[in-house]
Amino acid sequence: MAFEKYDFTPITQSIHQGLLEYCSPLLTLIIEWTIIGVLYLLFIAVFGLLLVYAERKVCAAFQQRLGPMRVGPWGLLQTIADFVKLLMKELITPKSVDKFLYNLAPFIVIIVPFLTISVIPFAPGLQSLDFDIGIFFVTAVSSVGVVGVLLAGWASNNKYSLIGGMRSGAQIVSYELSVGMSLITIVILAGTMQVSEIIDLQRNGWFLFKGHIPAIIAFFVFVIAGTAETNRGPFDLAEAESELTAGFHTEYSGIKFAFFFLAEYINLFIVAAMATIVFLGGWMPFHIGGWEGFNQVMDFFPGIIWFFGKVFAIIFLIMWFKWTFPRLRIDQILTLEWKYLLPINLFNILLMATIVLLGWHW
Amino acid sequence: MKSFINYIAEILNGIWTLVTGMRVTAKYFFTPWKNVTQQYPENRDKLVMFDRFRGEVVMPHNEKNEHKCTGCGICEINCPNGSIEVISKSVINEEGKKKRIIDQHIYHLGMCTFCNLCVKTCPSDAIVMGQKFEHAYWDRSAFTKVLNKPGSKIMAGIKE
Repeated sequence: MAFEKYDFTPITQSIHQGLLEYCSPLLTLIIEWTIIGVLYLLFIAVFGLLLVYAERKVCAAFQQRLGPMRVGPWGLLQTIADFVKLLMKELITPKSVDKFLYNLAPFIVIIVPFLTISVIPFAPGLQSLDFDIGIFFVTAVSSVGVVGVLLAGWASNNKYSLIGGMRSGAQIVSYELSVGMSLITIVILAGTMQVSEIIDLQRNGWFLFKGHIPAIIAFFVFVIAGTAETNRGPFDLAEAESELTAGFHTEYSGIKFAFFFLAEYINLFIVAAMATIVFLGGWMPFHIGGWEGFNQVMDFFPGIIWFFGKVFAIIFLIMWFKWTFPRLRIDQILTLEWKYLLPINLFNILLMATIVLLGWHW
Repeated sequence: MKSFINYIAEILNGIWTLVTGMRVTAKYFFTPWKNVTQQYPENRDKLVMFDRFRGEVVMPHNEKNEHKCTGCGICEINCPNGSIEVISKSVINEEGKKKRIIDQHIYHLGMCTFCNLCVKTCPSDAIVMGQKFEHAYWDRSAFTKVLNKPGSKIMAGIKE
């Protein structure tokens, strides 16, 4: 296939071989770990800032405004200025908080995107962990975040934080179910949980088209549940300004607040990336069967552009949700999950299993 | 069975209403030239304030340096915070009668709340709300303005 020329494996292999020539295997391993860690750290910081900027611009465009325009051309440096401001702020620890848990919570929350991002393939050969249970790993690890949220709400010793944390916990635990079920629908179709294999199976068509009706239903359920899991609007009632101030991160300031903020946006990226990998073929180009010329033009773009293009499309969709729909009440959120999404999801799994059994998919 | 049909209809109706909302915001998103944001210091040369904007109280004069103010003092009485002081003087007109005309119409911009009561109650429509809004000065005395121009007189045909 044509897109193999954009494979990153030769580059990573040559770095690995080059290091092995000069260092012992253990030192090579340590150096590679460090490089990957620093790369992920940089990616999360830069991409988080980029997403905050994108959110403010997209929100502004939906409300017929311009958004940040003053710092840098088109306000491009605005989020960097905000981040520098957050770094310079004093880290206030309120008097009666549970000090250990209070300081631990932001780190638990920020660890989750670091763990989940490791299984995401950005381009052919650009993936650091390729488990045979990749999808399972993502769903398992992303549930750790709720522990951080509950800890932050509990340890702050503040009624608003506690209620916000509890709401957020109830919401994330409920919607985790829908996220997992919609992923399982596609796992039934793919027959594997390994991320690289799932992408490879979409070589001749994305799962959204291959699995037709149940895949499309699963895609929408995944996007809705993913939006809820990242605590974004219209499901952002954990930080209801009027009744709960800022929810579970009311008592946090400075860089600890930035951790919560950054984790929220990187989780948004993770949800979009998972939707891309599972439903839209990851870094696979868009192909239409039989149109050879069109397919070759599509192959011309590298996989990394395809991946980020699809991710940004999903992120735009989720931002579109946030700035269009009115917020839900807590009981409406739980009703939506337990009375609508879950039954639809269970029925959808049955439908997908029937279709796979009868071979009615491409 | 009927409740099941209702359940499905409810879902489809919900999706339809959400799509309607998304269509509205999409229309806003994809027409960025209709944005309402004004980038103020850059566009101040061509910035036009809207008609009903209340920037300051002004007294319009015509090209012969005539205004419509009779010096009756109704605006001063009606001002809730005392931002207007009308100082009148007596002159002998050509018919030999004593007549009260305006000497100085003093307007304290710093005390004004732009409530529009003076403009509404003026019997001869002598004062109106102006469009200028850049009222930042280094010196407080600049907020005290004399609205009638020096050497101006009342327009002919204005009834007292």
